[in-house]
Amino acid sequence: MVEFTLPAKARVKPGRTWPKPEGAKRLKEFRVYRHDPDGGGNPRLDVYFVDLDACGPMVLSALIWIRDHVDSTLTFRRSCREGICGSCSMNINGANGLACTTALADIDGPLTIHPLPHLPIIKDLVPDLSHFYAQHRLIEPWLKTDTPEPQREWKQSKEDRGKLDGLYECILCACCAAACPSYWWNQERYLGPAVLLQAWRWIADSRDEATGERLDRLDDPFRLYRCHTIMNCAQACPKGLNPARAISKIKASMVKRRV
Amino acid sequence: MDTNSNSRPLSPHLQIYRPNLLMVMSILHRITGAFLPVPVFLGIWWLAALASSQRYFAEVNGLLTSWPGRLVLVVSLYALLHHAFSGLRYLVWDAGAGLDVPAARRLSLWTLFGAIATTLLVVAVFVIKAG
Repeated sequence: MVEFTLPAKARVKPGRTWPKPEGAKRLKEFRVYRHDPDGGGNPRLDVYFVDLDACGPMVLSALIWIRDHVDSTLTFRRSCREGICGSCSMNINGANGLACTTALADIDGPLTIHPLPHLPIIKDLVPDLSHFYAQHRLIEPWLKTDTPEPQREWKQSKEDRGKLDGLYECILCACCAAACPSYWWNQERYLGPAVLLQAWRWIADSRDEATGERLDRLDDPFRLYRCHTIMNCAQACPKGLNPARAISKIKASMVKRRV
Repeated sequence: MDTNSNSRPLSPHLQIYRPNLLMVMSILHRITGAFLPVPVFLGIWWLAALASSQRYFAEVNGLLTSWPGRLVLVVSLYALLHHAFSGLRYLVWDAGAGLDVPAARRLSLWTLFGAIATTLLVVAVFVIKAG
């Protein structure tokens, strides 16, 4: 449902300003969303100062530096630190992206970091993505076939394999889904850009034999047709993919099979 | 099921997301579309006044051609043209074209330019004719 404001208990209050590191020459200010599930109370925006000469080059490096040197309670997801695991997705200065592939040098002035938008927050920058993953399960993201399994592998021409470029690279970081206003308002029923791109990845796969069934499952006013081509997904994707185009192709397939 | 899921606050969304051209154009399409009944009702009112009496028509016509009335009409004209050009933009997208981000931005700028230019053109024609 469209709700422009946050519920009273979710409104962000000013938080604590942590002391500046001593002897640092180049400081960068970080305003970071904090939510403590044990302490109760509203989320707050804490202010940290990072010594740029002491930490690595990326936003993630700075967050790790804060946790190691200033505040050990700061909580966020991270794993690969090279843009392939999709764990450190968050909202950096008003746009979704991966903290590990966003360079500090590219951002002038202070940084404001929020968790991915419009999601329930477990702690600090960690959103609950169970619903997002459940939606991914719904589209059955695996090869479905009726013909008997071949002796060796399922074969695919280079050309058909090429049709999966721009789709298979998705790391399910949810940057696009959490950037989509349609997903904000209708995420109980609308599948969102990431899951629909994955859905198209399997529809477009020449080896998959369940295209009709897959389209049937998506042919729903909410699951598919809440996409209004706002294009925040394509602008947010840290892998440079274009969920809006994938969704457009699903819609076109729906028309094609009807005429 | 998590027992503490009720205590999980919703993360900020519209409050913190940095607006961009494509996002703003999407909401403008809806706002201009929602505004369009206004000139329709004004037009019906004007015609109804015309059918009722000379005195009442003079009154309504005077109101619609007053400065606030003209402002509403110009805004209505812009809303109509913006919504129409924006509709053409959606038509291009529905055909599967212009979906990469730079092309989508170009289309949106053309939409804005088209709506503003045609509004000014129509207003200019009226001003010259009235002149």
